[in-house]
Amino acid sequence: MSDHEYTPKSKVGKWFNDRLPLLTLANHLTDYPTPKNLNYWWTFGGILTFCLITQIITGIILGMHYVAHADLAFQSVEHIMRDVNYGWLIRYVHANGASMFFLAVYIHIFRSLYYGSYKSPREVIWIIGMLIYFLMMATAFMGYVLPWGQMSFWGATVITNLFSAIPLVGDSITTWLWGGYSVDNPTLTRFFSLHYLFPFLILGLVVLHIWALHVPGNNNPIGIDIKKPSKDTVPFHPYIVIKDLFALLIFLIIFAFFVFFSPNILGHADNYIEANPLVTPAHIVPEWYLLPFYAILRSVPDKLLGVIAMFAAIFVLVILPWLDTSKVRSTVFRPIYKQFYWFLVADVLILGYVGAMPAEGLYLLIARVATAYYFAHFLIILPFLGMKEKTTPLPLSITEPVLGGSADMAMARNNTDFKEKL
Amino acid sequence: MKNFLKLLVFFTIILSLTFSKASAAGEQQELLKVDWSFKSFFGKFDRASLQRGYQVYSEVCASCHSLKHLSYRNLAEKGGPEFTELEAKAIASNFEVTDGPNSDGEMFERPAKLSDKFVMPYANVQEAIAANGGAYPPDMSVLVKARGGGANYIYSVLMGYEDPPAGMELDDGVYYNKYMYGNKIKMASPLDDDIVEYSDGTKATVDQMAKDVTTFLQWTAEPHLETRHKMGFRVIIYLVVLTILVYFSMKKIWSRIESKV
Repeated sequence: MSDHEYTPKSKVGKWFNDRLPLLTLANHLTDYPTPKNLNYWWTFGGILTFCLITQIITGIILGMHYVAHADLAFQSVEHIMRDVNYGWLIRYVHANGASMFFLAVYIHIFRSLYYGSYKSPREVIWIIGMLIYFLMMATAFMGYVLPWGQMSFWGATVITNLFSAIPLVGDSITTWLWGGYSVDNPTLTRFFSLHYLFPFLILGLVVLHIWALHVPGNNNPIGIDIKKPSKDTVPFHPYIVIKDLFALLIFLIIFAFFVFFSPNILGHADNYIEANPLVTPAHIVPEWYLLPFYAILRSVPDKLLGVIAMFAAIFVLVILPWLDTSKVRSTVFRPIYKQFYWFLVADVLILGYVGAMPAEGLYLLIARVATAYYFAHFLIILPFLGMKEKTTPLPLSITEPVLGGSADMAMARNNTDFKEKL
Repeated sequence: MKNFLKLLVFFTIILSLTFSKASAAGEQQELLKVDWSFKSFFGKFDRASLQRGYQVYSEVCASCHSLKHLSYRNLAEKGGPEFTELEAKAIASNFEVTDGPNSDGEMFERPAKLSDKFVMPYANVQEAIAANGGAYPPDMSVLVKARGGGANYIYSVLMGYEDPPAGMELDDGVYYNKYMYGNKIKMASPLDDDIVEYSDGTKATVDQMAKDVTTFLQWTAEPHLETRHKMGFRVIIYLVVLTILVYFSMKKIWSRIESKV
């Protein structure tokens, strides 16, 4: 992994490191050469790690007080909100944390789309990332069911019913998922069990995601290959650490604003009504972060095809590295792709908006057009654009555009050399 | 820094979109707006209003609506109506709860204690529905959070009883309400002027009682609201100061490298 061999200075350190090279790993992580032109869009990896850890810690504490039973779940959540010391804080951090997690992951994904971080040699990082994203959606969906409010219950009913669209075995699969003939106590207990398990699977995938990242190293805003370590890179610590910390703190201020001053604004009021299988809410809507996919699902008139379209919307992302034929990574040098990129951003926002609206009239029409455009972007525009587009010339190194090739490069290098000597 | 500004603009757009969407969430009728004391960053409950609100709840609402997630001790806790412990004990002792089994294996009735949950007006949902012409009077513990417009919605419904518009036929036991979804409500207008007598001399107008009881229900839904606001303010100040310190540390560290942060 590291370019130079690392040996601990102390005897004990060396003894231990020869047996389990944890110190080598720590050294690799601190010295890890990072492109020095990374902008703030690159800080979301660290922010996401923070989000995952926060969700796991708050979730473990909530799990100590929560009761996974159809008759007691709602009450136990109120118990957490009222009687558990700072239970309200832990629950609001966890509930809003999910939204903040998705906000960060969407920025992270769109950053990757803009700067072509999914392209060779980083396809595996991208695919692992998509697996993480998929597991995140599953985890969040099951987590939303746990308070056993009206939206929990009916959201679970709608989503699990999707599987009944599968020909022949659909109904059996749905019954198997439910553990009965409708969403009920067995569904709740298995969702709780899986909601507790999945974050640890995500954590494992995050380790692989970072491992896969450390093989080729970070992409960067101009998307060219760089020599590592070189004048174009800085050691991860302290340069990137402090910058990530700064961005994380800004993120935390926004996070805190939601938790302390608008803790329920991202949720649906109906989820404070206890689940009632006999009363269907007027509009069943998922959490905001699933809305684009919900819009795609509803825009197809046939149930089975709708489900296929929804899963295909995620699958096209998985195979994206092979759909985008352009060799140039960064959008900075792709004037036409840049336009389409922003069209896609708008398209996904529109899908999210119509996903929250009733599927009828103009909304349905917009949803259909937006769905068609979403697939056209990945399946038609990207493959052809890559072959046709005339890109602007790429610079030779990061230092060139950043410093204009000044003599200061030498100084930067001296500084890093100096640090290594320490 | 330029990138950072872009990021900030992006966040502002996202935030304003969420808030505008949340506030425009399909209300048919513009709700009445009240300048609640518990809104805003430093929002606190009006203690006297909470105590009056409890009185309205117990004398008017409690005959049909339960508050099953609350305990009598909550009435004496900080951040709530803050009755004295003696007052809360006296309130609790007005209610009978079933306890037991005792050493003879018998269940027995005793006056409620601070540690007991609020006694419910009906034994079960079926009884409540049967007694109310087929409509279940919802539990009020988290009612404010369970309605789109929150406190304004509750207040509006209480103020929204009117004669039905011409041509609208209403069944027996169904009433017209301007702010209720579908404009039909099975609860008769619960408030009339001077239906309760406030001990602090406040005049018990419908408007006053509606405000008081809504304030009380906001507290039952969010009993830790005051702590949350107070802590939130401190957390944000702390984060802002720390962010500024980290910003300058970052500048200092990156000054060794000829590159912009």
